[in-house]
Amino acid sequence: MALEFYSTKLQDALNWARKYSLFSYPFVTACCGMEFMALSAPKYDVARFGAEFPRFSPRQADLLIVVGTITEKQGPILRRIWEQMCEPKWVMAFGVCASTGGFYQNYSAMPGCDQVIPVDVYIPGCPPRPEQVLDGLTMLQQKIADRTGFVPQRERREHDATRAAKGKLPVLP
Amino acid sequence: MSALVLGKLKERFGDAIRATHDLAGDDTAIVDPAQIVAICTFLRDEPGLEMAQMIDLTCVDTIGLPEKSGSPAERYWVVYHLRSIATGRRVRLKAAVDDGPSGENPEIDSITSVWKGANWFEREAWDMFGVKFRGHPDLRRILMYDEFIGHPMRKDYPKEKRQPLVRRDFT
Repeated sequence: MALEFYSTKLQDALNWARKYSLFSYPFVTACCGMEFMALSAPKYDVARFGAEFPRFSPRQADLLIVVGTITEKQGPILRRIWEQMCEPKWVMAFGVCASTGGFYQNYSAMPGCDQVIPVDVYIPGCPPRPEQVLDGLTMLQQKIADRTGFVPQRERREHDATRAAKGKLPVLP
Repeated sequence: MSALVLGKLKERFGDAIRATHDLAGDDTAIVDPAQIVAICTFLRDEPGLEMAQMIDLTCVDTIGLPEKSGSPAERYWVVYHLRSIATGRRVRLKAAVDDGPSGENPEIDSITSVWKGANWFEREAWDMFGVKFRGHPDLRRILMYDEFIGHPMRKDYPKEKRQPLVRRDFT
Protein backbone atom coordinates (compact mmCIF):
# COMPACT_ATOMS: atom_id res chain seq x y z
CA MET A 1 0.00 0.00 0.00
CA ALA A 2 2.69 2.46 1.02
CA LEU A 3 4.77 1.51 -2.00
CA GLU A 4 1.85 2.15 -4.32
CA PHE A 5 1.29 5.53 -2.71
CA TYR A 6 4.88 6.62 -3.25
CA SER A 7 4.99 5.21 -6.76
CA THR A 8 1.85 7.17 -7.69
CA LYS A 9 3.32 10.34 -6.20
CA LEU A 10 6.52 9.77 -8.14
CA GLN A 11 4.50 9.37 -11.34
CA ASP A 12 2.68 12.61 -10.61
CA ALA A 13 5.95 14.44 -10.11
CA LEU A 14 7.36 12.97 -13.31
CA ASN A 15 4.26 13.91 -15.30
CA TRP A 16 4.36 17.43 -13.87
CA ALA A 17 7.90 17.73 -15.17
CA ARG A 18 6.98 16.18 -18.49
CA LYS A 19 4.04 18.43 -19.21
CA TYR A 20 6.13 21.62 -18.82
CA SER A 21 9.09 20.39 -20.87
CA LEU A 22 7.63 18.98 -24.07
CA PHE A 23 10.26 18.64 -26.77
CA SER A 24 8.37 18.72 -30.05
CA TYR A 25 9.14 17.20 -33.41
CA PRO A 26 7.29 19.26 -36.03
CA PHE A 27 6.35 17.02 -38.95
CA VAL A 28 5.51 19.91 -41.25
CA THR A 29 4.14 19.01 -44.67
CA ALA A 30 1.92 21.89 -45.75
CA CYS A 31 0.66 25.42 -45.28
CA CYS A 32 -0.14 24.92 -41.57
CA GLY A 33 3.60 25.30 -41.11
CA MET A 34 3.21 29.07 -41.47
CA GLU A 35 0.85 29.12 -38.53
CA PHE A 36 3.22 26.86 -36.65
CA MET A 37 5.91 29.52 -37.17
CA ALA A 38 3.55 32.19 -35.82
CA LEU A 39 2.99 29.97 -32.81
CA SER A 40 6.70 29.68 -32.15
CA ALA A 41 7.39 33.37 -32.74
CA PRO A 42 7.41 35.89 -29.87
CA LYS A 43 3.83 37.14 -30.32
CA TYR A 44 2.23 33.86 -29.28
CA ASP A 45 5.37 32.39 -27.79
CA VAL A 46 4.80 28.73 -27.14
CA ALA A 47 7.87 28.91 -24.91
CA ARG A 48 5.57 30.16 -22.14
CA PHE A 49 4.25 26.59 -21.99
CA GLY A 50 7.64 24.96 -22.02
CA ALA A 51 7.21 23.48 -25.50
CA GLU A 52 9.38 25.89 -27.45
CA PHE A 53 12.25 23.58 -28.28
CA PRO A 54 11.78 21.79 -31.62
CA ARG A 55 14.07 18.80 -31.94
CA PHE A 56 14.63 17.70 -35.50
CA SER A 57 15.39 14.18 -34.46
CA PRO A 58 12.52 11.93 -33.33
CA ARG A 59 14.90 10.30 -30.84
CA GLN A 60 15.07 13.52 -28.82
CA ALA A 61 11.40 14.45 -29.03
CA ASP A 62 8.42 13.42 -26.98
CA LEU A 63 5.68 15.36 -28.77
CA LEU A 64 5.05 14.68 -32.46
CA ILE A 65 3.18 17.60 -34.03
CA VAL A 66 1.71 16.54 -37.38
CA VAL A 67 1.35 19.83 -39.24
CA GLY A 68 -0.40 19.55 -42.59
CA THR A 69 -1.81 17.06 -45.05
CA ILE A 70 -0.60 13.49 -44.82
CA THR A 71 -0.74 11.54 -48.07
CA GLU A 72 -0.98 7.79 -48.31
CA LYS A 73 2.57 7.79 -49.67
CA GLN A 74 3.78 9.49 -46.50
CA GLY A 75 1.97 7.07 -44.19
CA PRO A 76 4.88 4.64 -43.71
CA ILE A 77 7.28 7.56 -43.15
CA LEU A 78 5.10 9.09 -40.44
CA ARG A 79 4.59 5.71 -38.82
CA ARG A 80 8.33 5.16 -38.74
CA ILE A 81 9.03 8.59 -37.25
CA TRP A 82 6.54 7.84 -34.50
CA GLU A 83 8.07 4.43 -33.84
CA GLN A 84 11.53 6.00 -33.52
CA MET A 85 10.41 8.32 -30.72
CA CYS A 86 11.24 7.25 -27.18
CA GLU A 87 8.60 6.63 -24.54
CA PRO A 88 6.70 8.45 -23.23
CA LYS A 89 5.42 10.16 -26.38
CA TRP A 90 2.39 12.12 -27.46
CA VAL A 91 0.93 13.16 -30.80
CA MET A 92 -0.85 16.36 -31.74
CA ALA A 93 -2.78 16.66 -35.03
CA PHE A 94 -2.34 20.28 -36.10
CA GLY A 95 -5.08 21.47 -38.45
CA VAL A 96 -8.01 19.81 -40.10
CA CYS A 97 -5.97 17.95 -42.74
CA ALA A 98 -3.92 16.13 -40.13
CA SER A 99 -7.08 15.48 -38.12
CA THR A 100 -9.49 14.21 -40.78
CA GLY A 101 -8.00 14.82 -44.20
CA GLY A 102 -9.96 18.07 -44.47
CA PHE A 103 -11.32 18.75 -47.93
CA TYR A 104 -8.88 16.34 -49.52
CA GLN A 105 -11.26 13.41 -49.91
CA ASN A 106 -9.51 11.75 -52.83
CA TYR A 107 -7.16 8.99 -53.94
CA SER A 108 -3.98 10.44 -52.48
CA ALA A 109 -4.73 12.06 -49.12
CA MET A 110 -5.00 10.08 -45.92
CA PRO A 111 -8.23 10.75 -43.98
CA GLY A 112 -6.43 11.92 -40.86
CA CYS A 113 -3.05 10.91 -39.48
CA ASP A 114 -4.83 8.84 -36.80
CA GLN A 115 -5.12 6.17 -39.49
CA VAL A 116 -1.49 5.27 -38.80
CA ILE A 117 -0.58 6.69 -35.37
CA PRO A 118 -2.59 7.29 -32.18
CA VAL A 119 -3.42 10.99 -31.79
CA ASP A 120 -3.89 12.61 -28.37
CA VAL A 121 -5.10 16.08 -29.33
CA TYR A 122 -6.89 17.19 -32.50
CA ILE A 123 -6.74 20.89 -33.34
CA PRO A 124 -9.30 21.91 -36.00
CA GLY A 125 -8.94 24.87 -38.31
CA CYS A 126 -7.58 25.53 -41.78
CA PRO A 127 -5.12 26.54 -40.53
CA PRO A 128 -5.83 26.82 -36.79
CA ARG A 129 -5.16 30.13 -35.11
CA PRO A 130 -2.22 30.07 -32.69
CA GLU A 131 -4.63 30.55 -29.78
CA GLN A 132 -6.31 27.27 -30.73
CA VAL A 133 -2.98 25.52 -30.73
CA LEU A 134 -2.13 26.91 -27.31
CA ASP A 135 -5.54 25.72 -26.11
CA GLY A 136 -4.79 22.27 -27.54
CA LEU A 137 -1.39 22.30 -25.90
CA THR A 138 -2.86 23.05 -22.47
CA MET A 139 -5.38 20.23 -23.05
CA LEU A 140 -2.49 17.91 -23.81
CA GLN A 141 -0.70 19.04 -20.66
CA GLN A 142 -3.82 18.23 -18.69
CA LYS A 143 -3.91 14.78 -20.28
CA ILE A 144 -0.28 14.20 -19.38
CA ALA A 145 -0.88 15.25 -15.79
CA ASP A 146 -4.02 13.10 -15.50
CA ARG A 147 -2.45 10.17 -17.33
CA THR A 148 -5.42 9.72 -19.66
CA GLY A 149 -5.60 8.60 -23.26
CA PHE A 150 -4.30 5.31 -24.72
CA VAL A 151 -3.29 4.18 -21.22
CA PRO A 152 -3.11 0.38 -21.87
CA GLN A 153 -1.21 0.92 -25.12
CA ARG A 154 1.23 3.29 -23.43
CA GLU A 155 1.83 0.90 -20.53
CA ARG A 156 2.40 -2.01 -22.88
CA ARG A 157 4.85 -0.01 -24.99
CA GLU A 158 6.76 1.16 -21.90
CA HIS A 159 6.78 -2.38 -20.54
CA ASP A 160 8.16 -3.72 -23.82
CA ALA A 161 10.76 -0.96 -24.00
CA THR A 162 11.91 -1.70 -20.45
CA ARG A 163 12.19 -5.41 -21.15
CA ALA A 164 14.06 -4.74 -24.36
CA ALA A 165 16.47 -2.45 -22.50
CA LYS A 166 17.13 -5.25 -20.02
CA GLY A 167 17.87 -7.60 -22.88
CA LYS A 168 14.82 -9.74 -22.31
CA LEU A 169 13.25 -9.06 -25.68
CA PRO A 170 14.95 -9.07 -29.06
CA VAL A 171 15.33 -5.47 -30.21
CA LEU A 172 13.72 -4.88 -33.57
CA PRO A 173 16.16 -4.02 -36.35
CA MET B 1 -1.36 35.77 -83.19
CA SER B 2 0.02 35.26 -86.59
CA ALA B 3 -0.82 32.21 -88.62
CA LEU B 4 2.89 31.65 -89.29
CA VAL B 5 3.42 28.61 -87.10
CA LEU B 6 0.25 26.82 -88.11
CA GLY B 7 0.83 27.74 -91.75
CA LYS B 8 4.32 26.28 -91.74
CA LEU B 9 3.05 23.15 -90.03
CA LYS B 10 0.29 22.63 -92.59
CA GLU B 11 2.64 23.33 -95.45
CA ARG B 12 5.18 20.77 -94.20
CA PHE B 13 2.94 17.98 -92.90
CA GLY B 14 -0.30 18.31 -94.87
CA ASP B 15 -2.83 15.71 -93.75
CA ALA B 16 -0.97 14.90 -90.54
CA ILE B 17 -2.31 18.22 -89.24
CA ARG B 18 -5.94 17.25 -88.85
CA ALA B 19 -7.28 20.63 -87.82
CA THR B 20 -6.09 23.99 -86.55
CA HIS B 21 -7.57 26.94 -84.75
CA ASP B 22 -6.36 30.00 -82.89
CA LEU B 23 -9.08 30.44 -80.33
CA ALA B 24 -8.35 33.37 -78.00
CA GLY B 25 -5.05 33.87 -79.78
CA ASP B 26 -3.63 30.48 -78.88
CA ASP B 27 -2.35 28.63 -81.94
CA THR B 28 -3.54 25.06 -81.72
CA ALA B 29 -2.96 22.14 -84.03
CA ILE B 30 -4.67 18.78 -83.74
CA VAL B 31 -2.10 16.38 -85.10
CA ASP B 32 -1.66 12.77 -86.12
CA PRO B 33 -0.18 10.93 -83.09
CA ALA B 34 1.96 8.73 -85.34
CA GLN B 35 3.82 11.85 -86.55
CA ILE B 36 4.32 13.52 -83.19
CA VAL B 37 8.10 13.09 -83.02
CA ALA B 38 8.59 14.36 -86.56
CA ILE B 39 6.33 17.36 -85.91
CA CYS B 40 8.11 18.22 -82.66
CA THR B 41 11.54 17.91 -84.27
CA PHE B 42 10.41 20.17 -87.10
CA LEU B 43 9.06 22.77 -84.69
CA ARG B 44 12.29 22.73 -82.72
CA ASP B 45 14.71 22.91 -85.66
CA GLU B 46 12.95 24.93 -88.39
CA PRO B 47 14.48 28.41 -88.73
CA GLY B 48 11.87 31.00 -87.81
CA LEU B 49 10.06 28.64 -85.43
CA GLU B 50 12.81 27.41 -83.09
CA MET B 51 10.53 26.06 -80.39
CA ALA B 52 13.39 25.37 -78.00
CA GLN B 53 11.24 25.11 -74.93
CA MET B 54 8.64 22.48 -74.07
CA ILE B 55 6.51 24.28 -71.49
CA ASP B 56 4.04 21.56 -70.67
CA LEU B 57 2.93 18.09 -71.55
CA THR B 58 -0.27 16.76 -70.11
CA CYS B 59 -3.16 14.50 -70.87
CA VAL B 60 -6.94 14.79 -71.07
CA ASP B 61 -9.43 11.99 -70.49
CA THR B 62 -12.27 12.86 -72.86
CA ILE B 63 -14.69 10.23 -71.62
CA GLY B 64 -18.16 11.74 -71.30
CA LEU B 65 -17.35 14.91 -73.23
CA PRO B 66 -20.32 15.83 -75.48
CA GLU B 67 -18.34 15.86 -78.71
CA LYS B 68 -16.86 12.46 -77.86
CA SER B 69 -20.09 10.66 -76.96
CA GLY B 70 -20.56 7.42 -78.82
CA SER B 71 -16.92 7.01 -79.86
CA PRO B 72 -14.86 5.21 -77.24
CA ALA B 73 -11.79 5.16 -79.45
CA GLU B 74 -9.15 7.87 -79.02
CA ARG B 75 -10.29 8.53 -75.49
CA TYR B 76 -7.05 10.14 -74.29
CA TRP B 77 -5.55 13.30 -75.69
CA VAL B 78 -1.94 14.23 -75.06
CA VAL B 79 -1.51 17.99 -75.11
CA TYR B 80 1.83 19.68 -75.74
CA HIS B 81 2.62 23.33 -75.17
CA LEU B 82 5.71 24.66 -76.90
CA ARG B 83 7.38 28.04 -76.86
CA SER B 84 10.12 29.70 -78.83
CA ILE B 85 12.58 31.67 -76.79
CA ALA B 86 13.91 33.38 -79.93
CA THR B 87 10.57 34.63 -81.32
CA GLY B 88 8.28 34.45 -78.29
CA ARG B 89 5.68 32.41 -80.21
CA ARG B 90 3.76 29.61 -78.62
CA VAL B 91 1.90 26.65 -80.07
CA ARG B 92 -0.29 23.94 -78.64
CA LEU B 93 -0.37 20.45 -80.13
CA LYS B 94 -3.13 17.97 -79.37
CA ALA B 95 -2.76 14.31 -80.27
CA ALA B 96 -5.62 11.87 -79.85
CA VAL B 97 -3.91 8.74 -78.65
CA ASP B 98 -4.34 5.35 -80.24
CA ASP B 99 -6.02 3.28 -77.48
CA GLY B 100 -5.08 -0.16 -78.77
CA PRO B 101 -7.60 -2.87 -79.64
CA SER B 102 -9.08 -3.11 -76.13
CA GLY B 103 -9.26 0.66 -75.67
CA GLU B 104 -7.35 0.31 -72.39
CA ASN B 105 -3.75 0.66 -73.50
CA PRO B 106 -3.18 4.09 -75.02
CA GLU B 107 0.27 4.46 -76.55
CA ILE B 108 2.14 7.29 -78.22
CA ASP B 109 5.77 7.92 -79.12
CA SER B 110 7.89 9.60 -76.49
CA ILE B 111 9.31 13.03 -77.29
CA THR B 112 12.19 12.72 -74.82
CA SER B 113 14.47 12.41 -77.86
CA VAL B 114 13.42 15.93 -78.87
CA TRP B 115 13.32 17.62 -75.45
CA LYS B 116 14.95 15.87 -72.52
CA GLY B 117 12.71 17.88 -70.21
CA ALA B 118 9.72 15.87 -71.37
CA ASN B 119 10.96 12.93 -69.30
CA TRP B 120 9.17 13.69 -66.04
CA PHE B 121 6.10 15.13 -67.80
CA GLU B 122 5.61 11.84 -69.61
CA ARG B 123 6.13 9.91 -66.39
CA GLU B 124 3.41 12.00 -64.80
CA ALA B 125 1.05 11.41 -67.71
CA TRP B 126 1.77 7.70 -67.43
CA ASP B 127 1.21 7.74 -63.68
CA MET B 128 -2.03 9.72 -63.74
CA PHE B 129 -3.61 8.55 -67.02
CA GLY B 130 -1.84 5.35 -68.00
CA VAL B 131 -0.67 6.60 -71.38
CA LYS B 132 2.39 4.62 -72.46
CA PHE B 133 5.17 6.58 -74.12
CA ARG B 134 7.07 4.36 -76.52
CA GLY B 135 10.82 4.88 -76.31
CA HIS B 136 10.78 6.60 -72.94
CA PRO B 137 14.05 5.81 -71.11
CA ASP B 138 12.52 5.24 -67.67
CA LEU B 139 8.73 5.06 -67.65
CA ARG B 140 7.96 4.64 -63.94
CA ARG B 141 5.40 6.22 -61.67
CA ILE B 142 6.51 9.64 -60.49
CA LEU B 143 3.87 10.81 -57.99
CA MET B 144 2.08 7.71 -56.71
CA TYR B 145 3.78 4.83 -54.94
CA ASP B 146 4.74 1.65 -56.78
CA GLU B 147 2.06 -0.39 -55.00
CA PHE B 148 -0.70 1.81 -56.43
CA ILE B 149 -3.00 0.01 -58.84
CA GLY B 150 -4.64 1.93 -61.66
CA HIS B 151 -4.35 5.52 -62.79
CA PRO B 152 -6.17 7.99 -60.55
CA MET B 153 -6.84 10.81 -63.02
CA ARG B 154 -8.80 8.58 -65.36
CA LYS B 155 -12.42 9.66 -65.16
CA ASP B 156 -13.56 6.12 -64.37
CA TYR B 157 -11.30 5.83 -61.32
CA PRO B 158 -13.62 5.88 -58.25
CA LYS B 159 -13.57 9.38 -56.77
CA GLU B 160 -12.77 8.44 -53.17
CA LYS B 161 -11.09 5.08 -53.64
CA ARG B 162 -7.99 4.85 -51.44
CA GLN B 163 -5.15 2.36 -51.56
CA PRO B 164 -3.51 2.64 -48.13
CA LEU B 165 0.08 1.54 -47.65
CA VAL B 166 -0.11 1.27 -43.87
CA ARG B 167 -2.83 1.45 -41.24
CA ARG B 168 -2.69 1.61 -37.47
CA ASP B 169 -3.02 -1.53 -35.41
CA PHE B 170 -6.13 -0.68 -33.38
CA THR B 171 -5.85 -3.52 -30.86
